[in-house]
Amino acid sequence: MKPVRILEGHAVPLERSDVDTDQIIPSDWLKRVERTGFGRGLFSEWRDDPTFVLNDQSYVGASILIAGPRFGTGSSREHAVWALMDYGFVAVIAPSFGDIFRHNSSKQGLVIVQLPQEDVDQLTQLVKDEPTRLVVVDVEHLRVEVPETGWQRSFDLDPMTRERLLNGWDDIGLTMRRESAITRYEATSHAPTLAGVFDEDGHTG
Amino acid sequence: MGRTLFEKIWEEHVVASPDGEPTLIYIDLHLVHEVTSPQAFDGLRLNGRTVRRPDRTLATADHNVPTDPISTPVKDPVSRRQLEALEANCHEFGITVFPRGHENQGIVHVIGPELGVTQPGMTIVCGDSHTSTHGALGALAFGIGTSEVEHVLATQTLPQQRARTMAVIVNGQAPADVSAKDIVLAIVAELGTGGGAGYVIEYRGEAITALSMEGRMTICNMSIEAGARAGLVAVDETTIDYLRGRPGVPEGDEFEVLADRWRSYVSDADAEFDAELTIDASQLVPFITWGTNPAQVVALSGVVPSPDEYDDPDAKGTTERSLAYMGLAPGTLVRDIPVDVVFIGSCTNSRIEDLRAAAAVASGNRVAEGVRALVVPGSHRVKKQAEEEGLDQIFLDAGFEWREPGCSMCLGMNPDQLKMGQRSASTSNRNFEGRQGRGGRTHLVSPVVAAATAIKGRFATPDEVGS
Repeated sequence: MKPVRILEGHAVPLERSDVDTDQIIPSDWLKRVERTGFGRGLFSEWRDDPTFVLNDQSYVGASILIAGPRFGTGSSREHAVWALMDYGFVAVIAPSFGDIFRHNSSKQGLVIVQLPQEDVDQLTQLVKDEPTRLVVVDVEHLRVEVPETGWQRSFDLDPMTRERLLNGWDDIGLTMRRESAITRYEATSHAPTLAGVFDEDGHTG
Repeated sequence: MGRTLFEKIWEEHVVASPDGEPTLIYIDLHLVHEVTSPQAFDGLRLNGRTVRRPDRTLATADHNVPTDPISTPVKDPVSRRQLEALEANCHEFGITVFPRGHENQGIVHVIGPELGVTQPGMTIVCGDSHTSTHGALGALAFGIGTSEVEHVLATQTLPQQRARTMAVIVNGQAPADVSAKDIVLAIVAELGTGGGAGYVIEYRGEAITALSMEGRMTICNMSIEAGARAGLVAVDETTIDYLRGRPGVPEGDEFEVLADRWRSYVSDADAEFDAELTIDASQLVPFITWGTNPAQVVALSGVVPSPDEYDDPDAKGTTERSLAYMGLAPGTLVRDIPVDVVFIGSCTNSRIEDLRAAAAVASGNRVAEGVRALVVPGSHRVKKQAEEEGLDQIFLDAGFEWREPGCSMCLGMNPDQLKMGQRSASTSNRNFEGRQGRGGRTHLVSPVVAAATAIKGRFATPDEVGS
């Protein structure tokens, strides 16, 4: 994952609540074995609708998505994160998120900014008033701002997610530093394994 | 102070708890399927990593498999490639895999418990949000994304923030016509789609302990629809009786020793939960979802709600959009809504008890003219047992299709899909826009309501059909 420090770009307001991961990327796209190319499937059920906000010329090239409450609930598909990032989004700002989606985002470097509903509403209005306004998401200082208007809010990230974003750390590499602790744990674990349950063709005795 | 079931399992699995970092917890069982794993295996190859514990990893094909006769080839080349990739990856990394047609193949959340590899006190993950199902056996089980799948394959651990605990207590006795599905729809409606976020839910109370294991799995399965990554039910004799004799557990005295340990996987009497919700089971009725998220629930005897019932502009807007997508007018009697397709299956409701209940309603009746009704057993083992009991013949005689196991119409990524504008009664777990096929309209119901609806051609309860 690439380090993420300060993101700046135009924003686009989705203005829908309960956008689940089936909406972000429909299941038909999940048959692929690659990790790239999902941007074309982003919100694909809505993309044919000329009034859908991503088809609005004023928001072309936006890299920050402003969403409604409970964004990314439902299925665990990380493809939702891949689709948002492949399309060009680097951050999502919303009042609340699905838990698994939030985890998946942090693994890929998609920045999740959770703000109270009224702040999201204010930001939405600022962007709708003038879509060319730059929005800045500062991961180092945990701040989101619209410099042109002086609007500024703080947000929370758990300290480890912030560190990982700032440094672009690979999660697996971090865990592998704990190799000896894992080995020690395994020596004491009494949880059964699958050894002896199935033969090499997967049949049981 | 006593500990909750969640706390007991969590504390037993802590590998490391470094300051300022999430806790590293050990994963006892990792279930894998074709959709969320190929990119994880690629990641391992790219970094020269291996699977740490193939003996704690088990794979099956489920999401993508057609439910046509096994002799029919997988026509969609993209699906076929993904199914082949699962087999090739498992062979390369030494993981037991059940491909399409294998006697142990089935929906991952059906086969884990039925093979007895899901056991009390375990930590279980899978790249699928309905992994919460396994919590019915007193295991801490939750869904993860593909990066986390890769992480578990490589390290058998996961860095996790400790969840908060919520007790959902369902007191009293549910009326005879209320099934586990109705109970969980009521819970999701009460909590909303985000109410359980950040919590592990423990389902408690008389109406929960009275349920069979199949019923408890239906409840835990839909925890994620209320935003909770995991749901749990404490171990009791129902749990132990269910596991006795299954392939993954030992026999004789060895089993009894294990069972004694399992009996400790209950919350202590003086344990405290961070949140509580109490529901009176005696007030429950058969439910149905009317909208496009699983918290949009009404009584089957009720009417489609109106946006005017909500003051909150967000709720009003969501209701308007859901009604438009579903093609429904406020005030319509649910029983007057006709359906095109009935789907009995999915990790929520495709186990033997679900099929028995649906077959009892179907028996001696006929599927209404113009309705397509599918029955998709959750696994080959369920299918075999149902056939031994003659359930397949009951369904076939009544005009239902009897299909091969898989996720099927729960999600539109295999050939079983709704067509644009079609309306379904579905025993699955999600009524999201397009979930069962582009433009499809899904209503979530219990197996008995699904069967009665197939016969009447409109939403119905079993008491409306003779048998």
